[in-house]
Amino acid sequence: MDKLRYERPSIKQMNAGLMNQYGLKTEYAPVLDIDGVPVKKIISEYGSPVFVISERQLRRNYQNAVRAFKTRYPKVQFAWSYKTNYLDSVCRVFHQEGSWAEVVSRFEYQKALRNGVPGKKIVFNGPDKREEDIITAIKNDSLLHIDHFDELYLTLELAEKLNKKPRVAIRVNMDTGIYPMWDRFGFNYENGQAWNAINKIMASGKLEFTGLHTHIGTFMLVTSAYAAAASKLCDLAYNFRIKFNKNIEYIDIGGGFPSTNTLKGSYLQGVDTVPSIDEFAEAITNTIVNYGFKPEDLPTLILETGRALVDDAAFLLGTVLATKRLSDGRRATIMDFGVNLLFTSYWYDHEISPAQEFTQNSEDMVVYGPLCMNIDVVRENINLPLLQKGDNVVVHKVGAYNMTQWQQFITMRPKVILIDMQRNVHIIRETETLDYITELEKVPQHLTETNL
Amino acid sequence: MKLKSNIATSETGFIFNPSTGDSFSANAVGMEIISLLKKNKPLNEIKKHILDKYNVDEAVFEKDYDDYIAQLQFYNLIDTM
Repeated sequence: MDKLRYERPSIKQMNAGLMNQYGLKTEYAPVLDIDGVPVKKIISEYGSPVFVISERQLRRNYQNAVRAFKTRYPKVQFAWSYKTNYLDSVCRVFHQEGSWAEVVSRFEYQKALRNGVPGKKIVFNGPDKREEDIITAIKNDSLLHIDHFDELYLTLELAEKLNKKPRVAIRVNMDTGIYPMWDRFGFNYENGQAWNAINKIMASGKLEFTGLHTHIGTFMLVTSAYAAAASKLCDLAYNFRIKFNKNIEYIDIGGGFPSTNTLKGSYLQGVDTVPSIDEFAEAITNTIVNYGFKPEDLPTLILETGRALVDDAAFLLGTVLATKRLSDGRRATIMDFGVNLLFTSYWYDHEISPAQEFTQNSEDMVVYGPLCMNIDVVRENINLPLLQKGDNVVVHKVGAYNMTQWQQFITMRPKVILIDMQRNVHIIRETETLDYITELEKVPQHLTETNL
Repeated sequence: MKLKSNIATSETGFIFNPSTGDSFSANAVGMEIISLLKKNKPLNEIKKHILDKYNVDEAVFEKDYDDYIAQLQFYNLIDTM
């Protein structure tokens, strides 16, 4: 006779009176496949941990965002935010869909060029643009978004030297009614700095003033902040039109749309609190359309949406290394991935699903990563089935910022795979090796021998 | 290791401690161990019973058993003497 499936013995105290109106989840639907490819198969072929990206979801997210804006506004252009996820394959999916590139460093700029983005379709943001970067951008006719007066004066100097008229916009910061106000990027609207910068640009005659940009914040949960930002940019554009008798070519509203991840400390789940792309689109386009521009004068609307397009298209698959009991009786589960790979676990309570069938029994636990560091906590408190060593889990919505801010710390970074539209699996980044990590190190002659 | 004599259990996994008023629920393996403890079965018999019935390695079960007993102690359900 076959033996029964074993489950670790478990006992749970029953507490009355602690439920809220939402109750507690008692059933866990295991995630057995991603886009039809079994999780167990992925792990057996590509190892654990492993990042998995769904091309289908990337394209679906992009097309949904484009639909949300284009059905409300005539001229819309997305520019893929490289810092959110600059794996070449991910960028190229968005570029194939029609997205330009939005970069904030020379490294990202070069990556965009290598990914086939023409220079004139690269939006160059960020406070760190060196002289050689600005020269490259001017030569390639990229959209230079000027962050501060030092950069403005340097650009003027270089424009004269190169005898070219670069296309520039200014970055504008402003009070949009949210706290904390992001005033570190660009020129301030309220104190007149932004208007002053525009006047300097126009007075110089050396730059082609093309647009207005803002980056009001990240993981924004209120659409009204974007309406306020759009209104203030429209105000600048309108005044520009009156004073210089020219139209602004575009308004770039930046990024900052949230994904449906749940922020730490949030009472409700992200899916219940986060406004949809349509709500953001409604707030932004309504403001611009109703501002008073003639239809033919409406500026192009550029969006640098990153997180909302990529977060839910990626998963991190992992394995339980061990379970243990802490001094206060809490269960601790140690995974083979930690904050080194899952940087966003500092911000989110990531949803974690088992990757195999379980009973309805569950327990509260803290989920640790494998690092020998006290800060390596993936979830401080989560209720999961009775996981055992060797069980697999799926961490959801990990596409934004993890594959750019991950750290090679203590362990190597794992493979990243892409499941394409036909459900074929491709390795898009290999597992790091010791040689790769030490490639740039140099050992002085006197340290070549250790003689232990 | 012995379950406290006043602990009430049901086959469906419900456990009640009348002296504290606390109630608990256990999964199938947990409930089997409790009912064997209630019958004063020694560890080797409990182990044999579980290993015969369930698909589990001895080492895994031993680790889980120790952890489970620690939980029962934590909830004040067994006599430690």
